[in-house]
Formats: sequence, structure tokens, C-alpha cells
Amino acid sequence: MNLYGPLWLSAQLAFVTTIILVIVGAPVAWWLARTSSQAKPAVQAVVAMPIVLPPTVLGFYLLILLGPNGAVGSWWVQITGSALTFSFTGLVIASCIYSLPFAVQPMQNAFESLPKSYLERAWTLGASRLDAFFSVAVPLSARGFVSGIVLSFAHTLGEFGVVLMVGGNIPGETRVVSIAIYDHVETLNYAAAHRMSLVLVAFAFIVLATMFVINRRWSER
Amino acid sequence: MIHLRHRLPKGDFVLDVDVEVPDTGITGIFGESGSGKTTLLRCIAGLEGDDGLPVHKRNVGYVFQEPGLFPHLTVRGNIEFGERRAATRRVESTSVVDMLGLGNLLDRRPNTLSGGEAQRVAIAAALLRSPDLVLMDEPLASLDRRRKDELLPYFDRLHDELSVPVIYVSHDIEEVSRLCDHLVLLEGGKVAASGDLVDVLSRVDVPVLSGRNAGVVLWANPVDQEDGLTRFDFGEGDIWAPGEFEAGGSPLRLRIAASDVSIAREMPAATTILNILRATIEEVHPVDAATALVRLGVGNQSLLARVTNRSVQRLELRPGERVFAQVKSVTVRH
Repeated sequence: MNLYGPLWLSAQLAFVTTIILVIVGAPVAWWLARTSSQAKPAVQAVVAMPIVLPPTVLGFYLLILLGPNGAVGSWWVQITGSALTFSFTGLVIASCIYSLPFAVQPMQNAFESLPKSYLERAWTLGASRLDAFFSVAVPLSARGFVSGIVLSFAHTLGEFGVVLMVGGNIPGETRVVSIAIYDHVETLNYAAAHRMSLVLVAFAFIVLATMFVINRRWSER
Repeated sequence: MIHLRHRLPKGDFVLDVDVEVPDTGITGIFGESGSGKTTLLRCIAGLEGDDGLPVHKRNVGYVFQEPGLFPHLTVRGNIEFGERRAATRRVESTSVVDMLGLGNLLDRRPNTLSGGEAQRVAIAAALLRSPDLVLMDEPLASLDRRRKDELLPYFDRLHDELSVPVIYVSHDIEEVSRLCDHLVLLEGGKVAASGDLVDVLSRVDVPVLSGRNAGVVLWANPVDQEDGLTRFDFGEGDIWAPGEFEAGGSPLRLRIAASDVSIAREMPAATTILNILRATIEEVHPVDAATALVRLGVGNQSLLARVTNRSVQRLELRPGERVFAQVKSVTVRH
């Protein structure tokens, strides 16, 4: 339990985060890929910011925002009676923001390289905009979706700074694998730290290798 | 009739079209590149311009210049795409597959098809949408000569078997002459002429038809065959055309380019030209400093001849004069 608990929690967090990011990120990516709006660079910058911001900075602001006195946190306390900070839900929200660019950018790239003629043909064959998005744009951008899913899952699995700021270290609730490893190292329990780290290293290798194999198959097709 | 009324400014180009076309047969839209043909087609489909109705609610089939099949679907998936979304299914899938010869291709992926095969699939997809109107934007232009010749017979079948009206954009006068029944000429975004194909092609005063595009389409009945040629009766003379065509069927289309017709005052003797017809000069229209187009009445049909202004003067060619038309080359639609 001590070993697998944090791993399992991390996997749950990454899974939930990835699902939310695909659902929320795809429309954002679609809008970014197709808009000619003046606001595009600003939105793009906001989406990309988690890449360059130190996780502690992001975590710090999220802590304030999600805390019981913060704009989002106080509203959440009113509705549910419990705080967002130091909870799994709070971690999910923080992870979604932290991993957003890793989901949006591959999908956006895929949508941008999709020739408009496919959409026009779909419309003239009777597909509405929404229908054409799901029946043509999404399947033809599958590579972007796979990259987005893999990257946001892996990235969420590895996050540390944001989790520490927003979630703390509550076993079963917010004690994810990266925090647990840090703990083990602090207490000089290198053996436990090794076991967890090796699982992550193996996982990262397998996932990325699989993704590159899939990509190669696709580009040969 | 179908009323086409579209106005769309695009920089310093303005598309401004207001024309009626028949709701049967194939209507050609012909013009040089930049005359607004494709823009007009895109306006009709709702892909450009803004008159409120979204594209997918227009019930118009669109065949693009590039087939653009969906690569993630098989041929079957591609042709069913529009069928599944058709408001009312009026077109039988098997008959379209049969007409376009797609039976053996249904399980193939688009990237394994030749250009002509892919375009046939694209046409099937547009037809199975059961549209009220089919729009075709130079569907042969992306193909090489051989593929084009492969595909043309399918268009002949479409023309003969299809009940839905088609608007066919092209900058190839041969294609238009072969396939269309009605013709709209576009020049600089405006309609220069429109009407029955035969009538429009016999006009001498439309600039887009005065250069190498000048030439007429005639309807004629094959009479008999000899030496690999077929004889067509024109009342005031015969036309011999290469190929063997059965007598007794419906009249065939003959295309005769203006550059293949010359005029003589007297019956030419001992010439290699087989087709010599008695004709009456109807109109002489100077095209440029050197050449003129002459419209000749042959029976109740018209021929165009491209001649030099010098010959017009030397032979004193004037409306009403009786002359001999020599036709060097004839293409028959088969």
C-alpha cells in the first residue's frame, strides 16, 4: 500500500485530468487553429504559460485562487462545504491548468494541418459544422489526439511543484508518486524511492516508444 | 428554371450574376481563369458569400476539382457519407455504383485509387446525397489526358441517365461542347451570354468565344458508313467524320472549331477536304486587326469560320452571300 498507493493515486489523477483536458482542450485547440481573431495571440500565450512558469509560481497562485478565501475556493466551499486546497478535486483542477498546453498544442497542430477542403466537402455532403468536426476533423487529427493524451497523462504523472503547493502530502488524497519519492529520499529510504522511480522510468519509456511506433505506422499509411 | 443571383465583392473583383438556367440537363459555366466561375459555384453552395443558409442545409452536391476523399474512410464509407445525411433518399446506391463502375473499388482506401477512380467516387458521393442540384468544379482539370479520356464516358452516362440538374464549371471548350446542354459565359464576374449551348456557341460577338475557343456544336443524324467514316446528312451537303456510328439512333453532337472551317466562292475541286457544304453568310464580325469570325447558315444550323480580314475583302464576303464552307475536322461525341 505504501508503495502502490501513491502510484495508484497518480494514475487516477492523470487519468481524470487527461479526460477533462481532451474534452476542454479540443474545442480550444479547434478555435485556435481556425480563428483569425485579434485575441488569438493572447489566448495562445495564456495556454502556453504553464510551460515556462515555475511550477511553484503556478502552484502559489492556484493556492490563493482555490483556497477557502480565494475567488474559486470560497465559491466551492459555499456549494460543497469542503475546501478545494489539499483535496483530490483541487489537484485535478490544478493539473488541468498545469498540463493544458501539453493537450492543446498537439491537437492544435493537427487541426492546423487539416486541409479546409475536407471540411468543405463534409459540409456539402450534408454534415453540420459539429458533425463535420466529429466525423472528419477528429479522426483525421487522431495523431494530434494521441500525442495530446500521452503528453498530458505523462506530464500530470510527473508534476511535483504544483501538487506540493496546492495538495500538500495527504496519503490517499494528495500524496502522489512524485511527492512520495521526495519523502522517501528525505527520510533516506532510497530503496522505496528506487522502486517507485523505476516504475515511472519504465512507464515513461514504454508510453513514449509506443507513441512513436504508432506515429511511424501512421506516417507510412 | 433555377434562378442564380449572386453578388460578392472580392478586392477589386466583383462577382455579379443574375441569370436563369434550366432545371434539367447540364449547364456549363465557361470563362477564362479569373472570370469568377469557381466563386459563383462556391456562392451557390454557400461556401462563400453570406446569405444565411448554412452549407449543409442547401441540399446541393459539390464535386471539387480535387476529389478530396476522406482518407480515414474506405470508398464505401466515402460514398455513404452523404447518403447517411440525405434528407430524403431518392437515389439508389447500387445504380450509382453501377453507373460509375465502382463495384470493385468499394473496400479500397482512397490512397490506393488513381485520380480518375477517386473522382468517380467523389461524384458518387455527391449524387448519393440526393441533391436538388449538382455542382461540378472542373472535375477533369486535375487529371492527365489519358485519365480524362477514361472518365469522359462516365460523364456521358451521367448526362444521359441523370435526372438531377448539373452546373458544370470548365475552362475547356471541348469538354463543355461535349457534355453541356446549356451554357453561361462569364467574363470578369459578369454574365456575357447565356442560353442553349448551340445558340451561344454560334455567337460571333462574345470575346471569350472569339479566340481559339470559337467553334460550334451541330446536331446531326448518321446516315451510313464507308472507309471508317460516317456520313452525316446536312440537307445542303454531307459531313464525313471519322468513326463508325449507327444510323437510326438519336442525333449526335458534332463539334466543329472555327479554325477548321474555310470559305470558298466556288465549289472547290480536287481537294483533300471531304466536307464541302453550301452555306449562306449570316454575319461577319472582325475579331482583331487580322482576323474575323464569319457565321454561316447551313440548313437550319450554323457554322463558324475563322478567316483573315484580307480574305473577307478579297472575296467580298457579306451577309446574304452564298458560299462554300470547307470543314477540315469534325469531332463526334460518342
